[in-house]
Amino acid sequence: MNDKVKSVLYPLATFVVLVALWEIAIRAFKVPNFILPTPYAVLEALQRGYIEGLFWKHFFFTLQSMVFGYVFGCTLAFILGCLFAESKTVEQMFLPFVVALQSMPKVALAPLIIVWFGFGLESKIVMVALVCFFPMFINTAVGLRQTNPALIDLMHAFSASRWHILTRIKIPSAAGHIFAGLQISVVLGLIGAVVAEFVSSTRGLGHLISAAAVNLETNTMFAALISLAALGVAGSLAIRFLHARIVFWDKATATQTAATE
Amino acid sequence: MALFRAESLAVTYSSSRGPVKALEGMDATLGQGEFLSVLGPSGCGKSTLLKVVAGLLKPSAGSVMLGGAPITGPRPDVGIVFQQPTLLPWQNALDNVLLPVRTLGLDLQAGREKAAALMRLVGLEKFSAHYPSELSGGMQQRVGIARSLVHDPALLLMDEPFAALDAMTREHMMMELQRIWMAAGKSVLFITHSIPEAVFLSDRIAVLSERPGRTIRELEIDLPRPRTLDTMADRRFADYCNELRSLFAAQFSDPVPHQVPHQ
Ligand SMILES: Nc1ncnc2c1ncn2[C@@H]1O[C@H](COP(=O)(O)OP(=O)(O)O)[C@@H](O)[C@H]1O
Ligand SMILES: [Mg+2]
Repeated sequence: MNDKVKSVLYPLATFVVLVALWEIAIRAFKVPNFILPTPYAVLEALQRGYIEGLFWKHFFFTLQSMVFGYVFGCTLAFILGCLFAESKTVEQMFLPFVVALQSMPKVALAPLIIVWFGFGLESKIVMVALVCFFPMFINTAVGLRQTNPALIDLMHAFSASRWHILTRIKIPSAAGHIFAGLQISVVLGLIGAVVAEFVSSTRGLGHLISAAAVNLETNTMFAALISLAALGVAGSLAIRFLHARIVFWDKATATQTAATE
Repeated sequence: MALFRAESLAVTYSSSRGPVKALEGMDATLGQGEFLSVLGPSGCGKSTLLKVVAGLLKPSAGSVMLGGAPITGPRPDVGIVFQQPTLLPWQNALDNVLLPVRTLGLDLQAGREKAAALMRLVGLEKFSAHYPSELSGGMQQRVGIARSLVHDPALLLMDEPFAALDAMTREHMMMELQRIWMAAGKSVLFITHSIPEAVFLSDRIAVLSERPGRTIRELEIDLPRPRTLDTMADRRFADYCNELRSLFAAQFSDPVPHQVPHQ
């Protein structure tokens, strides 16, 4: 059996065993359904949700806040990251605030953001953008600063403009870091979306979970959790695919996601 | 007439721990088509000298002239090779060689032909489409040499270009560089801390002291070209090496070497 087949078959085997254990545990210990639903009940909830269509509006709401917030937050972070890395003055002016904001748990701002931006999609987008911002910002700035100084000297020796050096040398050099930032932001963005929905929303997978919790509909909660996991995995895979495609020369960081502090 | 001349050159860096004198009283002259090595221990200001000549750093005192005019900033008639290959990993070898052409906005068509010819000169014509990660260290360094020549500079600056290579590749690259230099007919300012490398390659060697770097000796190397592996076994080759070695030995034993003893 080759490694490719194994990489599909082995996780599948683990999955089957886990689901079997889950079912057995419920029967053996007589766990009530409102504590832990059976795998079948979860499957049923998923089926009902997506075939009868009750879940779709929640799914799309979360997807929408995620996509808009992510694009908005990451774009802004990229531009400001470039400014920060390029200008010592900008760095000195803002570094203390960046550190302070970075150390603060952004999700704590969720209630405030709801107050400012309302109960609808806007507040969710802002929340997602906010949590996506920092990993992307830090990775962009650090990546740009780590450009090989000899390469920059070489470009200076050819009297290349600052813009030319930034766009042709520094940004490609930082691409691995930038994609690592994008990768972290996907996961954090999803957290942001769910937290904002928990605080106040009439839609979204996060809202679905908190609403189901009130009625102890654990099967619906599980179904929504699985949907969220699917969203997260799809987003991560998309970024990883783009990373491998765009930063094709960066064999090392394409397979690992760098951490940010 | 000399192509390049440095007189009483001094460079002082300002650092958080106060000023750092990197060079002080450095003199060197490089004639047209000549191969000059600057030889000195690590940290004596060799890379600093290269940055001054490349126009990336202003000297704090003294004068540096290139082609009859003082160096006031970067100029396109200089080619640079660094210790690390410093290629763009996202471009193939040929595009890397074309970097100066693109950056300086030179004619791309003519540049392509020149680049292809240089890839042949450095023996990499079959590797034009390879990316740097697919090339060995020595091959990458040769791409770097081709890149430094593509815009037809009057002066080639090389900062310990073989220091990061293994010993065998280094010897091979020395031969290669001599061949390329003889074919291209460029003036070369070659920086190194390796005595045999300097003796093998150079017409003349400027020996620098410990930091702050000061020229303590200029030595003419009178060995026939092309030099080969046999040259390194030659009596005179060994004599030159010994003479240089004793210069450094004298320097390390005497903290202020005012006069360099002649043998
Ligand atoms: N930007 C800088 N700021 C402060 N000191 C520097 C700087 N660059 C080099 N130096 C110091 O100047 C000295 C000479 O450096 P360098 O020219 O790189 O030496 P070499 O190339 O001969 O090893 C070293 O002691 C180094 O620490
Ligand atoms: Mg150096």
